[in-house]
Amino acid sequence: MAYGETPSQTVGPYFAYGLTAGQYGYDFTDIADPVVAGPDAKGEHIRITGTVFDAEGNPVNDAMIEIWQADADGVYSEKPVDVADAGFRGLGRCGTGTDAKNRFWFDTVKPGVVADAQAPFVNVIVFMRGMLVHAFTRFYFDDEAELNATDTVLQSVPADRRDTLIAKRVETPSGIEYRIDIHMQGDAETVFFDV
Amino acid sequence: MSVFKPRDWGSHAPFIAPGYKSTILRGPSRPPLAIKSGLTEGTGPRFAPASVRALDFDLTKNGITNGEPLGERIVVHGRVMDTDGRPQPNILVEIWQANAAGRYVHKVDQHEAPLDPNFRGSGRCMTDENGNYKFYTIKPGAYPWGNHFNAWRPNHIHLSLFGPGFATRLVTQMYFPGDPLLELDPIFLGTEDPVARERLIAKFSIDKTEESFALGYQFDIVLRGRNGTPMEN
Repeated sequence: MAYGETPSQTVGPYFAYGLTAGQYGYDFTDIADPVVAGPDAKGEHIRITGTVFDAEGNPVNDAMIEIWQADADGVYSEKPVDVADAGFRGLGRCGTGTDAKNRFWFDTVKPGVVADAQAPFVNVIVFMRGMLVHAFTRFYFDDEAELNATDTVLQSVPADRRDTLIAKRVETPSGIEYRIDIHMQGDAETVFFDV
Repeated sequence: MSVFKPRDWGSHAPFIAPGYKSTILRGPSRPPLAIKSGLTEGTGPRFAPASVRALDFDLTKNGITNGEPLGERIVVHGRVMDTDGRPQPNILVEIWQANAAGRYVHKVDQHEAPLDPNFRGSGRCMTDENGNYKFYTIKPGAYPWGNHFNAWRPNHIHLSLFGPGFATRLVTQMYFPGDPLLELDPIFLGTEDPVARERLIAKFSIDKTEESFALGYQFDIVLRGRNGTPMEN
């Protein structure tokens, strides 16, 4: 290697007016927000929500979660992300500091299958004060048991930890929600990936 | 084969670096599971040049309400490349920082230093076809934090980049040469390899310094390289 990688450093506690300004009410534009798919996007519209917990089980109120996913046809978008786009954007970003319960949420469509031996899933990055390196994980869907059983990555995870990656489908008055929490440590510690 | 070369963990901090106390309860305790980054992590968001507005790259102007921001005006130049030295064009660089007094606009920052009505401290820019970026700002001040007795963060600017794929995502901090606080800062020192952490320190550059206007710094950023033949874009 000709050059060494630039080390990762923490996002710190004060990212909001730079990275999630619209969500937090700062006077700056956003390049991404919790809307991954606008109303015009094809597919089943869903909301993904969850809470990030630290080692003591306390909700983290200054984390930032990013997701990147394929559209309903299993295709990753190649068009530039635009927060004015009413269709499919592919990228979502949400801080945990504005919801009363410190949840993150994403309004999106359920992704399609991208390739053989894969179940539908969402790529996730977790950032927060106290993380010098961000962590990658995935959200799978609990109503895809058959495909989940064929997913090479999911099946490479020890069986007793797979549940940490699977979001639970809930029908709510406002629509379909998938719920999944992120546990940084403990018995239910989320599986993170070295991608 | 994975799209990108494996992350060089030796260039990064461990998830739990006890000197930086928040890592103890927040860093994953188990090593991440290695998976091949296929199409999924090899793809990533693109951004149109239009997502960067005219003044976004000039933090000395994009937060003005009634005058010029206080502090030392600087210009930061840099090149984004991969570990093979290939320049990375059209990469969005997001920027945020404290003002000259060491105070963030963020509502949670309670440090007793003044806000500057003419400085917000956030912006963004995009690399050109040669991977070069540039932004103007005010040199951020040091500030105290609660990690340990008399803890002070060195002057730093936060930078966020996506790179060519989701797997190359990088959030980092740029520091300034000669800062005596660096050797005392558990965040900077979280990167255990002294050679790697030197990469976090910008270089002063008289060539980039603009006469009678702004001191110049160079801060190059290196992302993971690709495996095999570079993909055509």
